[in-house]
Amino acid sequence: MKKAAPPPHPLEDLIRTDRIPHIWCPGCGIGTVFSASLYAMKTSGIDLEKTVMVSGIGCSGRGAGYVNLDSYHTTHGRAIPFATGMKLANPELNVVVFSGDGDLFAIGGNHFIHAARRNVDLTVICVNNFNYGMTGGQVAATTPLKARTTTTPYGNPETPFNLPLLAFASGATYVARWTILHTRDLTESIVEALLRPGFSFVEVLAPCPINYGRRNREKPLETLRLYQEKTIVRNEAPPTELEVDFEKGVILGKFVDVHRPTCSNHYDQICRPKDLAETASAEAGA
Amino acid sequence: MTGDVACAEGALAAGCLFFGGYPITPATEIAEHMSERLPEVGGTFIQMEDEIAAMASVVGASCAGVKSMTATSGPGFSLMMENIGLAVCTETPCVVVNVQRAGPSTGLPTLGAQADMMQARWGSHGHYEIIALAPSSPQEIFYQTITAFNLAERYRIPVLVMTDEFVGHLSERVVIPEPKDIRLVSRLAPKGRKDRFKPFRAGSDGIAPMAAAGEGYRIHVTGLTHDERGYPTMTVEAQTEMMERLVGKIRGHEEEIILTDGYRLDDAEIVVVSYGVSARTAYAAVDEARRSGIKAGLFRLITVWPFPERRIRQLAERVKAFVTVEINLGQIHLEVERCAAGKAPALLVGHPGGAIIPPEHVIEAMQSIAKGNERP
Repeated sequence: MKKAAPPPHPLEDLIRTDRIPHIWCPGCGIGTVFSASLYAMKTSGIDLEKTVMVSGIGCSGRGAGYVNLDSYHTTHGRAIPFATGMKLANPELNVVVFSGDGDLFAIGGNHFIHAARRNVDLTVICVNNFNYGMTGGQVAATTPLKARTTTTPYGNPETPFNLPLLAFASGATYVARWTILHTRDLTESIVEALLRPGFSFVEVLAPCPINYGRRNREKPLETLRLYQEKTIVRNEAPPTELEVDFEKGVILGKFVDVHRPTCSNHYDQICRPKDLAETASAEAGA
Repeated sequence: MTGDVACAEGALAAGCLFFGGYPITPATEIAEHMSERLPEVGGTFIQMEDEIAAMASVVGASCAGVKSMTATSGPGFSLMMENIGLAVCTETPCVVVNVQRAGPSTGLPTLGAQADMMQARWGSHGHYEIIALAPSSPQEIFYQTITAFNLAERYRIPVLVMTDEFVGHLSERVVIPEPKDIRLVSRLAPKGRKDRFKPFRAGSDGIAPMAAAGEGYRIHVTGLTHDERGYPTMTVEAQTEMMERLVGKIRGHEEEIILTDGYRLDDAEIVVVSYGVSARTAYAAVDEARRSGIKAGLFRLITVWPFPERRIRQLAERVKAFVTVEINLGQIHLEVERCAAGKAPALLVGHPGGAIIPPEHVIEAMQSIAKGNERP
């Protein structure tokens, strides 16, 4: 008897299947964040022909290469300013930045805080795997204190960023954190982030078993167990309490969800001549 | 108006609708003027957090389908190199103006130079071709900024307007023609079925039509080596194919791209090669040398990159000597020497920066060559 053809994957139309297999390692968490992002784009109802994914450099930065949408794989750390130019040049676009912690918060840290401060209407999804995976596992701005990486062979002497606190303090209008175990919450969060005008930020904790887990005596399943047992969902928790410390427990949830005029709203109101500003706001459906 | 303001007006006349900038002397006036004018014409100005971000925003805006530019000076030009390389690799049209000041490092912020000419050629990593123009007056900045946009759109490449503080801050009469008298070029739009579109499949001239984000083509664009689908392809073959096209589309059109000007060149025995503000010095020097009986002429570069090799080679066959005049200690001079290839000697009249070169220095150099005192 002939086997029936397998049903098409529900995300097939959003994936460049001719680029599969992807480069991500077995046990890597990026794929889960990637598919949650695609599900969110699909279910949010946004116009996919007007949706763009912009990535920087790194393992997560390869996301733009697999999504079957207009997608731009830019320079290291510069996804956000590239996306800013794109969004301001054509405000009709839904611009999603999909990148990693090293890209967005070390080399690109300055761009992150300024885009949040300006409230550029972007959705920034950060896969935080605590290290530079693509280059073989070096210390990042998110690596926990004392953790071992190839450039902290004695343990990390530096303190990591609390990313939701940074996003909140910089002015982001939507801030959430999940792990790759919390796919349903994550997908819902990304939908909200996509629909919220303004700078939205979703941090996703994700394992990097090959480069980070291995050096820190953490087997892939143990990482996931930590995500299950050592996390607690506390929506609206104060951002100052959101440091990632699995010994104390890590808080997940939606922490910020407010409305503030975007950079383009203000530009139209403040900088444009009155007649042009009215046309712009009519076009934006405001 | 000043050269800086003329540059901004030229950009607007060319249809520029996005400026991503960062303040820097002596280019700030361009950003200031654009911040005032762009919102009036439906465009957008943004002052980014640094020049890295400014250049990234320009590439992003151009990918969204809008003619885009930035303007800076030496230190900012250094920071922009990374994303100028991205624009070269992704074939994203854009214009970068460098109002040159004396360096290295912070140098002399308020005083001009022409010492970023080699940085313009090779400042971003990897091997590539680039187009750079060097205007000599505010009127010419106006026109060359338009030309820069036209070339950027035609060849899908960043075009550099390499002016200098002296021209940028010079006030002269500038005539702004009627829009109908200005020829504008826009990037080639894709045709045919959207799902079959290959964003880097070029025509026979090496230039591919460009789809903007949001037009429904679902393109992928990367700074990695890529094939005609835009997909990363990590092979020597793909690298070779991409490089041959990126380089070939400029080298194959040099005759269309290169603009030069000759002054009293027909019977000239000593040819001054110059550009930008230094060309103004050269005009005066040539006239003065002619009065003293020296057959002097000026070969003025309007396009500096790609370098007009063929013209210099031709001149080298018949002239007695070249004199390169530039405010650096020998950059374009190296190109003149290379192309003259020993057939005619080349002498440099250079300057470390901060002041224009007095015509007397050029005249002295020509006199000593004419007397045969100096074999450069």
